[in-house]
Amino acid sequence: MLAFAETLVIITGGIDLSVGAILGLSGIIGSLVLVTLTTADHSLTAGLFAGVIAAMLTGLLIGLGNGLMITRMRVTPFIATLAMLGIATGLTFVLTNGVDVSGLPPVVATLGNAVFLGVLTVPIVVTAVIGIVVGLYLHRSQFGRWTFAIGSNARAARGAGIPVSRHLVKVYVLSGLLSAAAGILVVMRLGTGSPLEGSNDELNAIAAVVIGGASLFGGVGTVLGSVLGALIIGTIVNGLIVVGVQPYWQTVIIGVIIAVAVMLQERGRQKEAA
Amino acid sequence: MLSLKNVGKRFGSLTALDAVGFEVGAGEVVGLVGDNGAGKSTCVKIISGMFQPSSGHIDFDGQPRVWASPHEALDAGIETVYQDVGLASHLSVDANIFLGREMKLPGLLGRLGFLDNSGMRSAARADTHRIGIRLPDVGAAVGDLSGGQRQAVAIARSISWARKLLILDEPTNHLGVAEVEEVLRLIGRVRDQGVAVMLISHTLPHVMAVTDRIVVLRLGRVVAQHVTKETTTAQIVHDIMGASEEEIAAHVR
Ligand SMILES: Nc1ncnc2c1ncn2[C@@H]1O[C@H](COP(=O)(O)OP(=O)(O)OP(=O)(O)O)[C@@H](O)[C@H]1O
Ligand SMILES: [Mg+2]
Repeated sequence: MLAFAETLVIITGGIDLSVGAILGLSGIIGSLVLVTLTTADHSLTAGLFAGVIAAMLTGLLIGLGNGLMITRMRVTPFIATLAMLGIATGLTFVLTNGVDVSGLPPVVATLGNAVFLGVLTVPIVVTAVIGIVVGLYLHRSQFGRWTFAIGSNARAARGAGIPVSRHLVKVYVLSGLLSAAAGILVVMRLGTGSPLEGSNDELNAIAAVVIGGASLFGGVGTVLGSVLGALIIGTIVNGLIVVGVQPYWQTVIIGVIIAVAVMLQERGRQKEAA
Repeated sequence: MLSLKNVGKRFGSLTALDAVGFEVGAGEVVGLVGDNGAGKSTCVKIISGMFQPSSGHIDFDGQPRVWASPHEALDAGIETVYQDVGLASHLSVDANIFLGREMKLPGLLGRLGFLDNSGMRSAARADTHRIGIRLPDVGAAVGDLSGGQRQAVAIARSISWARKLLILDEPTNHLGVAEVEEVLRLIGRVRDQGVAVMLISHTLPHVMAVTDRIVVLRLGRVVAQHVTKETTTAQIVHDIMGASEEEIAAHVR
């Protein structure tokens, strides 16, 4: 799911380092709202509803913050979303003191882990549906066309009458919303709100997108490619665990994968320019 | 139709345009010439909404207008081929021709923003055919084309959309002899359809051949305006370079 968010942003030629932090913070805020409301004797459905809204609102606001910093204050995406990464991660720990949010109604975990048709769970189905919608929208709609055009040549896009700044804000907001949705799904899977969730996930998302064929220079990328990239990374990581490599090596390896992929891209670009 | 009055543009401490004023009438072909850095492209970008003037104003169709963005100028019927902006190289030829004005599918899907790609493809083919510009297949990515082919796409794009004014900033760069002839012929055809044209070029014979009037910019100022029929290339060269070497030396210092 985070890879979908990152795909959109990277196609514009930007980057979103805050996706993992948004996942964490929105999961925590959603959990806190849910726990507070249900212990205060509100109905369960109202609590679930409010929790989901609160989580999505968190993602929306952080994405909006990213987008406005980048377009209005002309901060580079790297720095703007790095700042948001810090803010969101910090807030997550401020709100929880580093302790899990427990006491969520059991229905959350039940919903999150119920297996049907043998392999499917709600998080898997939701992720697949969102992936298909995002993919169709990115590759078939005007919104998607403009996203590619901006990443390819932002000045040409502006010259063609595309409201570039407004569009970029929308992309970062969408990235925030998708990350928040991922946060909700993680809480459903775990049955608790953990402040540690999402840390380093931006690394996995960026790696998945880059392995999936997107260019960090913008203008190129597909949702399907990013899904394959995520599967490849998942396979590598699981394979390492199976052969007994310490899990601490995970981020090292993913970092190396990103570095190699970007090096190959830069080579390809230079060849093209020559 | 278009008239610039006292238009100035500063970039920090540099004055790129200083009290520039000239007019372009409906269906008129006006040449804008000047040495490198004279301010021609800056002037173009102010008329097309890419830049906002630091001072002065623009009248278009009798209304004072300052475009906040290229979008507004495009809406008003002004199309521009920029010297230094180019196309979206990862997108196909037809995607570039329809960029910002995409055709959508009919019905609900269209309202959701879904594109009518096959419609755009055939319309782009028909457009380029009607204009008579030779292009490679419209499905090809612009990044895979030669410089001249890209320029042809940019020109085809702006000609097919221009309603009131077509601005061409050094459109014959990268073009071969035959293509240059083609562009000059197209300028005449666009004018015959009642669309005004502003041609920016360093190649004075081209400017002399197709324009009705010529505006000369030097160091950000309009230093001369001529009716093309009543002037000579030598006169224009003289105006471009300035009356005296001292003046140039003074500016450089
Ligand atoms: N975006 C910008 N920021 C700062 N200065 C600029 C910018 N654009 C143009 N200038 C400056 O404004 C002056 C006029 O430039 P402009 O591009 O309009 O000249 P030109 O007449 O089009 O030249 P050429 O024939 O080389 O295309 C130059 O001194 C240039 O350095
Ligand atoms: Mg120029």
